[in-house]
Amino acid sequence: MAEAIMQQTLSGWGGMNSEVCDMFRPEKRRALSELIQCKHSDSLIARGLGRSYGDTAVNGGSAVVDTTRLDRMLGFDPDEGLLECEAGVSLADIIDVFLPRGYFVPVTPGTKFVTVGGAIANDVHGKNHHVDGTFCEFVESFTLLIPSGEVLTCSRDENEDVFWATAGGVGLTGIILTARIRLMAVESAYITADYTQCTHLDSALEAMAATDENYQYSVAWVDCLAKGKNLGRSVLMQGNHTPAAELSGTHAAAPFAVKGGLPKMVPFNCPSFVLNPLSIQAFNTVFYAAHGTCTGKIVDYDQYFYPLDAVNHWNRLYGKSGFAQFQATLPFESKAGLVTILERLAKSRRASFLAVLKTFGEQNPGLLSHPMKGYTLTLDVPNRPGLTLFLHELDKILLDHGGRLYLAKDAVATPETIAAMYPRLDEFRAIQKRLDPKGVLSSSMARRLGLVG
Amino acid sequence: MNNEFNYSVVILGSTSGIVRATAHAYAEAGYALVLAARDDEENKILAADIRVRYGVTCHALHFDGADAASHPKFVTDCEAALGTNPTGLILGFGYMAEQEKAQRDVTEVQAMVDVNLTGAISILERFAAVFEERGSGFMGVLSSVAGERGKQSNYIYGATKAGLTCYLEGLRVRLFKANVTVTTIQPGFVDTKMTYGLPLPGPLVATPEQAGRAIFKAVSKGQDEAYVLFFWRYIMLIIKAIPRWQFKKMSM
Ligand SMILES: Cc1cc2nc3c(=O)[nH]c(=O)nc-3n(C[C@H](O)[C@H](O)[C@H](O)COP(=O)(O)OP(=O)(O)OC[C@H]3O[C@@H](n4cnc5c(N)ncnc54)[C@H](O)[C@@H]3O)c2cc1C
Ligand SMILES: NC(=O)c1ccc[n+]([C@@H]2O[C@H](COP(=O)([O-])OP(=O)(O)OC[C@H]3O[C@@H](n4cnc5c(N)ncnc54)[C@H](OP(=O)(O)O)[C@@H]3O)[C@@H](O)[C@H]2O)c1
Repeated sequence: MAEAIMQQTLSGWGGMNSEVCDMFRPEKRRALSELIQCKHSDSLIARGLGRSYGDTAVNGGSAVVDTTRLDRMLGFDPDEGLLECEAGVSLADIIDVFLPRGYFVPVTPGTKFVTVGGAIANDVHGKNHHVDGTFCEFVESFTLLIPSGEVLTCSRDENEDVFWATAGGVGLTGIILTARIRLMAVESAYITADYTQCTHLDSALEAMAATDENYQYSVAWVDCLAKGKNLGRSVLMQGNHTPAAELSGTHAAAPFAVKGGLPKMVPFNCPSFVLNPLSIQAFNTVFYAAHGTCTGKIVDYDQYFYPLDAVNHWNRLYGKSGFAQFQATLPFESKAGLVTILERLAKSRRASFLAVLKTFGEQNPGLLSHPMKGYTLTLDVPNRPGLTLFLHELDKILLDHGGRLYLAKDAVATPETIAAMYPRLDEFRAIQKRLDPKGVLSSSMARRLGLVG
Repeated sequence: MNNEFNYSVVILGSTSGIVRATAHAYAEAGYALVLAARDDEENKILAADIRVRYGVTCHALHFDGADAASHPKFVTDCEAALGTNPTGLILGFGYMAEQEKAQRDVTEVQAMVDVNLTGAISILERFAAVFEERGSGFMGVLSSVAGERGKQSNYIYGATKAGLTCYLEGLRVRLFKANVTVTTIQPGFVDTKMTYGLPLPGPLVATPEQAGRAIFKAVSKGQDEAYVLFFWRYIMLIIKAIPRWQFKKMSM
């Protein structure tokens, strides 16, 4: 039976530049082999939970395959902590099923509503990159459906080049069907966190350099509106999984239990004046003041990793015109670039309440995988007139300092910028072409940035 | 989850979106399961998923609703797999042909009758005999609100579901004396492959998970009839109250 089509206006999580796409949502794995023949449209791209901010999982005027119904778990080996599952399984699902058994996801972005397929295709990172690396480093192998209809098993021993082209390959090498992932054993659902106030960027960077190695998780919240002697004032939030022995009372009796409230919902797009510079400044000041230096605070995993997930569709706070997310990664020796960017942001008053700074560890062999050793700064920028020009200006500063953007976040960069930031793009293109000689796999981002072809 | 009472359930039509979610509700409650579908490859994946997530026994057996001749053997296959006859069953397979195609092509009508009516009755009678003799059991069967009133957009499918609902009414009376409950489940709109891409009013569409939980609850309580979600009872009351002279002028 032919798969049903739904015409749908799609955008990334940032809500900018929506386009009409032909959506498919197969419930059987076999249906993917039919879809990838692309009889209905010129091209297709897989989509997970749509948490990428830009246009990676959008394919204007063409086909998008929603993979969220292909979310079956296939096997689990408790000795190795190895989970085999379909690519549409979400990290939230994995946590629900395996945290009570003593396992957590080895790497998690700031939302648990992402699929395994999306986590591989963007090779996502978490607050533990400086010690553990990216998501794909915990992927033992995956199976990939390519346009010829063949299914390739990819690992470090088999089709290794395809493995590292697909890790961060934004869906352009094929549809990931299943993956084998090593979960991380934990003793509780809690994190022991230390919060440190830093009055200036320098003290934040120094504190990170000096203490990050003591923590599995480390991230700093930065006030992008603070200027001058307060430039980059931050709250550093570092933590480790809480050992069961350190829990007390009801927590000790049920170390994996967390009582979660129902998420609050932002029902419709808010008028964009809700998030004006004044309200953001007020928020930042309160947040900074509220998080004095404190150590050994025990918080549950939801509060620690996913504060934003407590509000469904928080992205609608930015109003109809949406927002862009800017993530800049710079080598350690380019601290000057980080300062220039922060100064530019403070002056522009465009930045938002969400700015996050962390350090990355070693880069992996993923051809388009984002993280590289250095600093990474992430923030939302509401879509107001002049946004593209402003972001291009930041992109240029970043490029001049040897930095790079992240495809999971980007919505406006140019092909030249991305090519300069990802020196292995040509290698990626060659492998992509070999797997997809007829050019069946494409997305709005692939066309905007010339990633294939 | 422990299963000290050895509860078990046979799930007919496990590849359906609603039924998958219903099976998960049973697995979460600790039941042992037999998943039955004609698509063996998918059925095996679905059974593995349940085993990994809930740690319960879950078998995948081949079953074709339209092949009535194979049904007696299917009943013994279930007994062999579970080591005993199941406590109860959920029947969720169904076929909805495109209305306009069915108007032109009688083979499509036949296909709906074969699956929704003949096939369902055939397998339900086999299990009814087993449960009746034992003096216990439950049956939760997915019919449809489409069987409550004939609408221009799907009255042939609706006719098969109306027949099924009527059949269940009688079966319930017969099995009541044997302590077997029969729950007629009337789903409204549920977001599955059957409805994907149809222009449905968003707020009225349930997720499969919502539907699955509601079905588990209603069947566990031994309800005679359950609208899924509950508000469809009121919607259908209104729709059924529209006089025929007016109904025929409406574009439903
Ligand atoms: C609040 C929030 C916080 C975030 N924090 C972080 C963070 O800390 N670190 C980080 O790295 N990212 C972060 N992100 C980004 C997010 O982790 C990535 O965009 C992730 O890829 C989203 O997964 P998804 O399932 O939503 O995929 P989508 O956004 O739907 O798709 C992403 C890409 O994956 C591809 N894809 C999806 N499924 C498949 C498949 N089966 N086969 C092949 N390709 C596939 C798509 O084609 C697309 O290119 C955050 C996002 C949000 C909204
Ligand atoms: N979705 C709704 O809004 C809605 C509303 C009212 C009633 N319903 C009823 O709810 C039930 C489940 O529907 P759904 O929405 O979940 O749709 P679905 O996903 O399309 O499910 C239909 C199921 O019936 C199975 N089936 C069809 N013919 C069969 C046969 N000969 N033998 C065995 N299985 C067969 C299909 O199996 P294959 O995978 O092998 O095709 C599929 O699993 C159906 O009875 C439907 O009529 C649904």
